[in-house]
Amino acid sequence: MCFTSSGDSRTVLASIEEKKLKRLSRRELLKLAPVVALGAFAVTRWQDPLLGRGVRLSDWASGLLFRRQHRAKTFSAADVVPFEKFPYNGYDDLDPGVDLENWTLTVAGNVRHPGEYTLAQIQALPKIRQNTRHVCVEGWDVIGSFGGARISDFLALVGADTSSRFVTVECADDYYESLDMATALHPQSLLCYEMYGKPLDRGHGAPLRLSLPTKLGYKSAKYLTKLSVTSVLGAERGYWEDQGYSWYAGL
Amino acid sequence: MASGAQTGEPEAKRPEPQSNLVTAAYEHPWAIRFTHWLNAAAVFVLAASGLRIFSAFPSFGAKIPERDLINIPKALTLGGWLGGALQWHFTFMWLFAGSGLLYIAYQLLSGHHKTVLFMPRDVKGVWPMTRHYFLFGPKPALTEQYNALQKLAYTATVLCGMASLLTGIVLYKPVQFSWLAWPMGGYHLARLWHFVAMCGFLAFIPGHLIMVVLHGWSNFASMLTGWKRDPEYLARRSAE
Repeated sequence: MCFTSSGDSRTVLASIEEKKLKRLSRRELLKLAPVVALGAFAVTRWQDPLLGRGVRLSDWASGLLFRRQHRAKTFSAADVVPFEKFPYNGYDDLDPGVDLENWTLTVAGNVRHPGEYTLAQIQALPKIRQNTRHVCVEGWDVIGSFGGARISDFLALVGADTSSRFVTVECADDYYESLDMATALHPQSLLCYEMYGKPLDRGHGAPLRLSLPTKLGYKSAKYLTKLSVTSVLGAERGYWEDQGYSWYAGL
Repeated sequence: MASGAQTGEPEAKRPEPQSNLVTAAYEHPWAIRFTHWLNAAAVFVLAASGLRIFSAFPSFGAKIPERDLINIPKALTLGGWLGGALQWHFTFMWLFAGSGLLYIAYQLLSGHHKTVLFMPRDVKGVWPMTRHYFLFGPKPALTEQYNALQKLAYTATVLCGMASLLTGIVLYKPVQFSWLAWPMGGYHLARLWHFVAMCGFLAFIPGHLIMVVLHGWSNFASMLTGWKRDPEYLARRSAE
């Protein structure tokens, strides 16, 4: 006998054989098998590949969300934290001993004019000053003042093929990073040589760093020595990324 | 029945009442059970990995000077280090969002939400039920599948889940979703609300587990198989 109770949609079976109920129950239980598949995450040797897939899915979705015309919020001078409250954050050495006098940026890859570029050449590009939020993957954020040239202007100067997929950088402290081209071309993405209206100090990456308000802080590499335009990323995608951080890291 | 009357046989010749006959109700459809367990796994992973992520900067204030609020024992966390915890978080956030959206969509499309969504008319039922649960007051007469306190708990938890998702989106994509950060008081505060929403969601679990234990195996099994044997409300209906 089967009837539906009033007030909701539950099916009620009065006087069903226990055996029959067990069979029905077993069938329903089996339909939960997809949930059991989550147990794969408990298997140590499957964990890394599965989580890697999860992070790649998230990075892929993040790339889809990215819009060049979406600007990171900019702030008035009153919202900027004082210079001494902007953290010096480095993975290793806060002064890799860059020879600031003779420093040049090596440019390579898919560019028409590869070679060495001086700071004066970069400073000759239109200067952008912006007060933006620097968001650390650890969970803190500070609003700072940054000045520099648009990466897009520099890529035009060196004759970069912007249909390439990536811009990679190497640093004096052996840090390295890679960026998707869309972010490199974002109007707020800077080759930054000033903070708070003064030349970068050694702790903040003198003489040149990236400032990327649409990315987590670890993408904004300091102490730049080399910039390449490429469509192929090798095994080295970024110092932290190679240890498990998200590569896209878009905000 | 007629044959019994014709032969005039006494009671003894009638078939024995079959002892293996039971009454059962199909309480929880597949969509509810599936999303329940998916969500349970996701919440466990997200809370544990979230605590590890929080440990990287256990404060809601400035970075300089940093004032840590709490030292979370590593045993309660998942992922080992910040990067590992983020991987768990960025993987299971999809399962949490997916199971939540599927649950809400099912409830709305099936009309089942009417049995569980806390509405203004349920307000008057909260205190008698609270008195019954916590102060050993008399058990109020039950007229619906879920009582007012259950509805309040389920509804509040779903709201906490939605708040977790929305604040999480702001933390993950503060530039692309800056319009969503604004009603939360900005990016920086969204991190606090994300934590508060998690606390709200987790607060549901101890009470939920206690009630599961008190209601016994048949009630628990129904969240696995959908079928509940001899539900208490059927006895009530047959008496009506």
